[in-house]
Amino acid sequence: MENKTLKKIDLIFADYTSSKYKVLEKVLEKTPDEIINEIIDSGLKGRGGAGFPTGLKWKFTKNEDNPVKYVICNADEGEPGTFKDREILERVFRKVLSGMATCGYAIGAKEGYIYLRGEYLYLVPELEKEIEYFDEFAKKLNLDFRIFLRMGSGAYICGEESALFESMEGKRGEPRNKPPYPTVSGYNQCPTVINNVETFATVQIICKIGSEEFKKLGTSDSRGSKLFSVSGDTPTPGIYELELGMPLTDFVDNYGDGDTKAVQVGGASGFCVPRKHLKDTIIGFEGIPTGGSMMIFNSSRSMYNVLHDYLEFFNEESCGQCTPCRVGCQQLLKGIESVKKGERKPQYLDELKKLASTMKIAAKCGLGQSVANPFNSIVDNFREEIIY
Amino acid sequence: MSNIETLVKNLVEKHGKTRNSLMPVLQGVVKEERYLSEDAMIIVAKELDLSAAEVYGTASFYTFLDTVPRGKNIVRICKTISCHMKGKDEIIEALENAMKIKVGETTHDNKFTLLTANCLGWCHKGPVMLVNDVVFPELTPEKALEVIQDYVKNSK
Ligand SMILES: Cc1cc2nc3c(=O)[nH]c(=O)nc-3n(C[C@H](O)[C@H](O)[C@H](O)COP(=O)(O)O)c2cc1C
Ligand code: SF4
Ligand code: FES
Repeated sequence: MENKTLKKIDLIFADYTSSKYKVLEKVLEKTPDEIINEIIDSGLKGRGGAGFPTGLKWKFTKNEDNPVKYVICNADEGEPGTFKDREILERVFRKVLSGMATCGYAIGAKEGYIYLRGEYLYLVPELEKEIEYFDEFAKKLNLDFRIFLRMGSGAYICGEESALFESMEGKRGEPRNKPPYPTVSGYNQCPTVINNVETFATVQIICKIGSEEFKKLGTSDSRGSKLFSVSGDTPTPGIYELELGMPLTDFVDNYGDGDTKAVQVGGASGFCVPRKHLKDTIIGFEGIPTGGSMMIFNSSRSMYNVLHDYLEFFNEESCGQCTPCRVGCQQLLKGIESVKKGERKPQYLDELKKLASTMKIAAKCGLGQSVANPFNSIVDNFREEIIY
Repeated sequence: MSNIETLVKNLVEKHGKTRNSLMPVLQGVVKEERYLSEDAMIIVAKELDLSAAEVYGTASFYTFLDTVPRGKNIVRICKTISCHMKGKDEIIEALENAMKIKVGETTHDNKFTLLTANCLGWCHKGPVMLVNDVVFPELTPEKALEVIQDYVKNSK
């Protein structure tokens, strides 16, 4: 294992030349294959949470034989504890547009869409201005690629890629069966690249500094740096860009309040790491991957309340389409409530853990499949707090 | 033509007469009317050549596309964990007392509807609330009341 320590990086928000799309201009001198190979070579994995290799996603989509293809930027940012995409959109939006245009050129798409969560409506006027400027610039460069803005309406599940396509098609945001994957059949059933806001911004950075330079950061499994959204019991809540691959202890030493009991890595759908495991937990794809949400809890917090909050969240945000998730989320919530009240024996928690594990296999999409992450990790590590 | 009919026609003209325009059209109606009445949904269905059931099916899925009447201003307080830890309960209590309603209700003068929401993307500056589409981070009960007072005073 590579031994990394916490290192602050300044790439995403740095060097924002507000006047021109210089990097994009240079990129367009390359061939689509050269660009895709550069992204593959960089080892960049998606920054939205799931971590699929970005270059491969682009390559698969490019190889599809369909005259119509789409580029979609997932700006639905709904994972509790995540707020870095909003900051990127507010501060360095041109990097995102540049990344999207790079993708459009590389895969042969003429249209790109940004799906912005309804909660960020106040960003729209500024974003629209920037998109207009981009349009003019693309025309000057003879780049046949236009970008449009679409809004969500307050549904966490619409961050799931296939639910997002459904929503853009005017339907209920209910995830589709997979396969087919978006690279084959996405928006309007056409081949689609969908990436997170930060992924597109990072593409612009790789195009600027080159994949060799980018690869110097992070580990072989987790290349580069990424943004972390830090909240909870910390004296310094905020957004920090850090090199991937650090041990969680380093993180807590820097951002904890000295009394950290646990860290929830990856939001409500992520994992709870108790103090005793901070040392042997790596933040990255070889350990616990995260879309960036880091919620810190100190010893004054009841982990029962934390789990209860997460389960309420899933109950409300489950699209209700498949039974394991719709009913499972309800039963998990009711279950811990009844154990807490003493209506059920503590052993009932083991039944509930089995239910959560069944949901991991039987649920249709990532929402239902990941409820077991917080559930089992909190119940395993803080059983007493759930019972008493 | 009724106001809503004109509104929907304009929205359809702007976004195009296809199913893919349904969300932007519904969002446009909610922006003006704060909610989707039965009439509004029937008109949207007609204009987009969809069944009313399809329009209702989509609308009823989304938290921000309300199908019951709402007040002139919609207040949404984040209730997710980071804001919970930073005191969202006190904010809710203060607003409930000031408005003399409970979460989920609308004031008698129809000025405010008080709701909760899941994570609003400001967890480092919680507690936080949205009033319509304006965000107010780093709230205290006093600050939250001031914001509401401001809406009352300026007849927003
Ligand atoms: C329930 C659920 C919610 C999701 N929400 C988001 C989101 O808000 N933003 C995001 O970028 N990806 C989200 N994803 C992941 C997307 O489905 C998709 O993997 C991602 O946008 C791909 O981009 P990336 O490879 O650049 O990370 C979510 C997934 C699930 C299952
Ligand atoms: S797992 Fe949950 S959110 Fe996903 S499709 Fe099933 S019910 Fe919907
Ligand atoms: S938890 Fe309230 S804004 Fe994220």
